[in-house]
Amino acid sequence: MNGSRSAGLTLSWRFAALRVGDFPVVPTAIIAALVLTAIFADFIAPYDPEVGVLGDRFRPPVWQAGGSEAHLLGTDHLGRDVLSRLIFGARVSMVVGFTAVIFAGVLGTALGILSGYMGGWVDQVIMRLTDTWLALPALTFAIFLAAILGPSQWNIVIILAAVYWTRYARVIRGEVLSLKERDFVRLAIVAGFSKRTIMRQHILPNVLNSAIVLGTLMLGVVIVTEAALSFLGVGVPPPKPAWGLMLADGKKGMMAGYWWLTVLPGCCIMLMVLSANLLGDWLRVRLDPQLRQL
Amino acid sequence: MTTSPLLEIKDLATHFVSARGTRVVRAVNEVSLSLNAGETLGIVGESGSGKSTLALSILRLLPPAARIVSGEILFEGEDLLKKSDGEMRRIRGKRVAMILQDPMASLNPLFTIGDQIAEPIRVHDHANRSRAWAKALDLLKAVRISAPQARAREYPHQMSGGMRQRIVGAIAISCEPALLIADEPTTSLDVTIQAQYLNLLRELQRTHGLALIFITHNLGIVARMCDHVAVMYAGRIVEAGPVRRLFNAPAHPYTEALLASIPRLGDPHQRLTAIDGQPPDMAAPAPGCAFQPRCPRAIARCRQDDPPGFVAGEAHTARCWLQGPR
Amino acid sequence: MKRFVVRRLGYSLLSLFLLSVTIFFFVRITGDPAVLLVEPGASKADLEAIRAQFGLDRPLVVQYWQFMASLLRGDFGQSFYYRTPVLELYLSRLPNSLLLAIAAMVFSLLIGIPTGIIAAVRVNGWWDSAGKIFALLGLSLPSFWVGLVMILFFSVYLGWLPSSGSGTPLHVIMPAFALGWYFAAAHMRLTRSSMLEVLGTEYVKLARLKGLPEALVIAKHAFKNALIPVLTLAGINLVIMVNVAVVVETVFAWPGIGRLLYEGIAFRDFPVVQATVLLNGAMVVVTSLFVDIFYAVIDPRIRYER
Repeated sequence: MNGSRSAGLTLSWRFAALRVGDFPVVPTAIIAALVLTAIFADFIAPYDPEVGVLGDRFRPPVWQAGGSEAHLLGTDHLGRDVLSRLIFGARVSMVVGFTAVIFAGVLGTALGILSGYMGGWVDQVIMRLTDTWLALPALTFAIFLAAILGPSQWNIVIILAAVYWTRYARVIRGEVLSLKERDFVRLAIVAGFSKRTIMRQHILPNVLNSAIVLGTLMLGVVIVTEAALSFLGVGVPPPKPAWGLMLADGKKGMMAGYWWLTVLPGCCIMLMVLSANLLGDWLRVRLDPQLRQL
Repeated sequence: MTTSPLLEIKDLATHFVSARGTRVVRAVNEVSLSLNAGETLGIVGESGSGKSTLALSILRLLPPAARIVSGEILFEGEDLLKKSDGEMRRIRGKRVAMILQDPMASLNPLFTIGDQIAEPIRVHDHANRSRAWAKALDLLKAVRISAPQARAREYPHQMSGGMRQRIVGAIAISCEPALLIADEPTTSLDVTIQAQYLNLLRELQRTHGLALIFITHNLGIVARMCDHVAVMYAGRIVEAGPVRRLFNAPAHPYTEALLASIPRLGDPHQRLTAIDGQPPDMAAPAPGCAFQPRCPRAIARCRQDDPPGFVAGEAHTARCWLQGPR
Repeated sequence: MKRFVVRRLGYSLLSLFLLSVTIFFFVRITGDPAVLLVEPGASKADLEAIRAQFGLDRPLVVQYWQFMASLLRGDFGQSFYYRTPVLELYLSRLPNSLLLAIAAMVFSLLIGIPTGIIAAVRVNGWWDSAGKIFALLGLSLPSFWVGLVMILFFSVYLGWLPSSGSGTPLHVIMPAFALGWYFAAAHMRLTRSSMLEVLGTEYVKLARLKGLPEALVIAKHAFKNALIPVLTLAGINLVIMVNVAVVVETVFAWPGIGRLLYEGIAFRDFPVVQATVLLNGAMVVVTSLFVDIFYAVIDPRIRYER
């Protein structure tokens, strides 16, 4: 139904998202590939990501002059293999990303349900807290907490969960408020079920959709935040290979033209976030048209 | 005195096509009607019968999914369907005006009342600000809104529902159109305000010589306001004729059923009658008469063939096999 | 209107209060905040002195009272590294961050709003698809990476633009673009959906029924209504930009408060970190107050609310 002049771009747009029917195949495949890479990093990566040969520093990727097949994507300032670091970096990003999203999701959904369903002062307290938390921009707050807690991979997960649970709480609470008016909930109340039972059996399954959609959308955000924190030096500490950390290292070599240390880790981040966003968009439209305003 | 009708619609068909082109809904299915200057025509039907689509077809302001497939709409002798976009734009508001159902939604919340009334005057009559504003004040007086100077500077949300609908009426007549289409203008008004508003419309009609098309599902309003009435069902006009005749001697079973379903005060023994069944699925019409599944008087022929319009009296037609020759 | 302002003001004050409590709470969460509040490499005696100075062994309520009292006096602590009051440092750097944020905001609105409007008016057209791609990339690419790649391209390879510092308009271009792309995407998306919604309203339908030219319908009736949510978002986004700019300012060595925060964590200068977070949060609260009032001014519905 599109005009012929737009069919060209629309077609290539659809191609890029490679929707089979409607399902975004390419993004999901990318995420799946990244997850598998993360799990099997030990087997896939050619080298140890934390050990470098100092004599072999700043080798460019194989297709450029000076590159070698021993290091397909080159080496960094400490002689470490970039490809291996990228692969293990996927593990760090995946672990941190997924764990933080799940923690934030569980906490945020639980508090959202409590707040929305119980109402009264419970609601007020949780909402005031959420509002204050939300007033503090996520990155600033995360940096603040990182400065206090100190950098470590697990601290980062906790910090990210602490910063982002409010996104869930807000949305879930809204859903619960409208769910409360629905007949099946009212029937359960009339039937005398306890509040806990209703929340667990009736409310929770219905907000799960939103929570999942929000989770996919948050995954990208969390990964970018983690990368930013690592870049600034308060995220995952060296010598662990985090993509953000690689960018920080890469910055030092930029002026000398060692472009691959900057471009390649960023490409990985971009692939991950782009895929998560596309998948999240699709899920959002598919699972619940009401969520379109998310 | 036979003068040519102001508006003459011949076999108009408007279809809604789904995005993939698979579902086609015949919202207006070969509709014909005519209206003379100064007359009032009522179009009656349930929701989904195609009344609003018909109105929007005349003004050619259909949503993107809709398409006028065939027919002619002759207004003042010229076929509107053959006009360019620019020509249609000059007709809208100036020669043909329309009032929508929800007056609150019809008015832009960010602009003053005066501004919104003056707007079409400035565009169509090329009036300058002060002249348009003065005319707007006159129009507010004509629709019986007190203190027009103060009101004109106020915003829509500061008015009551009845006032808003009168303002919408003022906008409609601002450029002295020949035809005014009112799509359920009283549905969102309080019952007490409805009567006042209807009287106002009548008065405006008299003073400005307007022809009025009144779209409604309320037969009571039709009885009060209209000279002629057309009954729509599933996109077709199933009966049309002078109001008196239709009400006293309906020729189509649907019209009969509609009249019978009006509760009558003063008769405690009468049971409320509703029409059994549901309106048909317009995307997959069954063969035969569209009303047949719900018709208490259907005969075998009704299931097979869609009836054409038969003459049931003077200027009175009905699409029913029962009206056909025996 | 007055009641609205008063009520909104009260709400802001409450938020500021809760903000201070939150910061206060988190600093003490580790158990021994003296470690943070003292210079790196301090001796045990210094730790004791700090504990006494901040009354860290006193009850929490007393500590909080002391904390608030000094904040209200304007005493946000002293930077270890610069040896000047943090508030002074912050205020001296703030204009730079605002400059960057405003430049980025202008860019994001100039690109975002017209693109969003055209995308809505010509839904599913070429512009709409191009806009969608631009938006998707903007929302997915980390701003600091965009900055790094731009430096690589425009400074290292082409040598056109300076890679760091501030001072000339040329210095602003890359950081503003890197910072602003994400927001251009967000504004474009919101303008598009807001415009689409407005185009479907009854009053736009009536405007067309009045016979108004389509250009007038869009420019007058649709535009103003569609802009309201966008401008509200933009207002808040300005402050968010100032905050998110931490990484962009670090990449470009732009002397703003984002860079200040980075220096705070790089040099373990905790007073700077604490004060920056507090002041940034306060800035958000105050800005959202102004945005809400602005919103009330341009939308007459709220102005006349009882």
